[in-house]
Amino acid sequence: MNGLSIENLSMRFDLPNGGSVQALKDVSLQLAEGELMSVLGPSGCGKTTLLNIVAGFLAPTSGDIMLNGHAVTGPDAERGMVFQQGALFEWMSVRDNVSFGPRMAGRREGDWAETVDHLLDVVGLRDFKEKAVYELSGGMQQRVALARCLANDPDVILMDEPLGALDALTREKMQGLVLKLWKETGKTIILITHSVEEALLLGERLLVMAPRPGRIHREYRLPFADLGVNADLREVKKHPEFGQKREEILGMIWDMEEEIMGRTEENA
Amino acid sequence: MIVFLIYVAIFIASFFVVKFVARKTVTDFTSLKTVTFGDESAVTPNRIASILSVLTIFLLWAAFTGSSLVPRFLHAPGPFIGDATFTYTAEADGVAPDDATVTVRVFEVGTDVADPEVPPGEGWAKNDVDTVGAWRSGLVRVDRNDAYGRDAGHRVVAVNGQPIEPGGEVMTEFGRVGMSPKGTLNFEPAKGWQMEPIWLPPPEAVVARLGEIASDGYRDSTLWEHLGYSLFRVVVGFFFGALVGIPLGYAMGLSNWFRGWFDPIVEFMRPVPPLALIPLVIIWAGIGELGKIILLFLAALWIMAIAARAGVSGVAISKVHAAYSLGASKWQIMRHVIVPNSLPEIFTGARVAMGVCWGTVVAAELVAAEKGAGMMIMVASKFQLTDIVIMGIILIGIIGFGIDILMRFAEKALVPWKGRI
Repeated sequence: MNGLSIENLSMRFDLPNGGSVQALKDVSLQLAEGELMSVLGPSGCGKTTLLNIVAGFLAPTSGDIMLNGHAVTGPDAERGMVFQQGALFEWMSVRDNVSFGPRMAGRREGDWAETVDHLLDVVGLRDFKEKAVYELSGGMQQRVALARCLANDPDVILMDEPLGALDALTREKMQGLVLKLWKETGKTIILITHSVEEALLLGERLLVMAPRPGRIHREYRLPFADLGVNADLREVKKHPEFGQKREEILGMIWDMEEEIMGRTEENA
Repeated sequence: MIVFLIYVAIFIASFFVVKFVARKTVTDFTSLKTVTFGDESAVTPNRIASILSVLTIFLLWAAFTGSSLVPRFLHAPGPFIGDATFTYTAEADGVAPDDATVTVRVFEVGTDVADPEVPPGEGWAKNDVDTVGAWRSGLVRVDRNDAYGRDAGHRVVAVNGQPIEPGGEVMTEFGRVGMSPKGTLNFEPAKGWQMEPIWLPPPEAVVARLGEIASDGYRDSTLWEHLGYSLFRVVVGFFFGALVGIPLGYAMGLSNWFRGWFDPIVEFMRPVPPLALIPLVIIWAGIGELGKIILLFLAALWIMAIAARAGVSGVAISKVHAAYSLGASKWQIMRHVIVPNSLPEIFTGARVAMGVCWGTVVAAELVAAEKGAGMMIMVASKFQLTDIVIMGIILIGIIGFGIDILMRFAEKALVPWKGRI
């Protein structure tokens, strides 16, 4: 079976003070090949834990993750990751960063040079390929991170708030870029975000998670990502359903946050 | 004290002079800031002040050593040189008190000197002559040529008309005349404010000594051999310390077992000053090259191990995760992520280690060595060759500074991303 399948995933770990945390409880979901799913939720709902388990950085206490029919047990080149920031290698040029995956796989330059140059073109960094990454702006660095991930041709791309550290304008441009790359490459993508608008714009599917224990609260199927591929993202935001969904989800998350606050106050 | 006051006066005076003389010509962003007090970024070293600071030190040094490098009017008052005179009044049994004059020729130590010639004078007390070196003092046995000696009850009762008794003293314009408990006069010519060369030689004497030792050597080795040996020990000791310490630090940063095993050793050895190991190293390995290199190896080892360990801990986990999900193996992550990422920490450690090694080698050579910069100044100090000592200290400082500058250049060239992440 192709695609990503997560079944009854639970994660629970002990704390040094004797307590324990149920970070995830019975999370199940199926992601078909080429789907883009955004994940929203208040802080502490386990969305980053979920992503780290899918990436193979953490082992779940129970449950299975299957990708294209085999079990996920550790990090692998088939699952690429884009981090919020700071995951580039400062000691390498832009081009060396982007070609890191192919080079580590032992492929010769003739093999990957074309792909890498093409990807640098796509993310608009052709003229910067020999620059050091610390000379680039935050938005450019995230484009390098995207290109680096794509150059490795993974089956699934995991994005952990990839645009969270960018300013509003750059963020809008990058959202367009993510959509464009998704359509062009047909990758399966899981994108974690804190921004409801971003989740709505980019997510073909949208997962809202709830905290304590981390679990799936609600799932949506949305038309906006498909609209946004061909239209201006700002036009998409004017769509009447967009505003309505945004209010609905914002309200949902607000309620969860208030519940958490209330609980903490009771505890105190 | 007077030197300190002059120093402060120059500091303050030059501040105001420069402030009024120097026009503000820079119009960069900082110059437009109105709040500079408390804004550290607006404080840059005033280069004029730096130059004046160095000049002031040399000026004070030259002025208080009577250096020929500065014009005579800048010299602090020097010691009295020339013929000093004072009169004494002597009494003896059965005769009236009589006066006579003592002429003391004060000469620069190291020059030839002849007794001044004076007539013996009238009366039973005869005029005396003597010589004494500047900054020294000398006993003047005024009774030796007098008609009535000590056996006739000769005793001095006044100098320049001022009464004096055993243990007392009289200040004259040429210096101090004291009287020993047994009644002998003791003349100490005025010393002025300058330092005697055996305490602080003038700058040109240090330079001359540098030339002499550079060409003739000192204690069977040339100057370059002394400095070269010290540097050689530092470089070899540091090299082996880094060779062992860096992999050890990596292992401690990457493995629980290594961290657990070596933590007690490293944490215990780190606060032990390398100087405290000198006696043990001398017992075990002697005072030869081996002992020195072992000492410096130990000095560099822990610093480098801790720097490498900190370098590994300093790797952002997202970088390691990114490399793993790009398909890198453990070995590739070590080579392409962990090692380059730890270079800034390792360079910081290397700079510290080089500084500590340089200090330790000099100290070890002070204790025992056959060659080396520290040994050179230690031996020179035993013979009160202050010029060699000062020359050695300056050279040691220059080399230590040079090492640090070299390390900084290497750091800039090899780790250009430092501080820019």
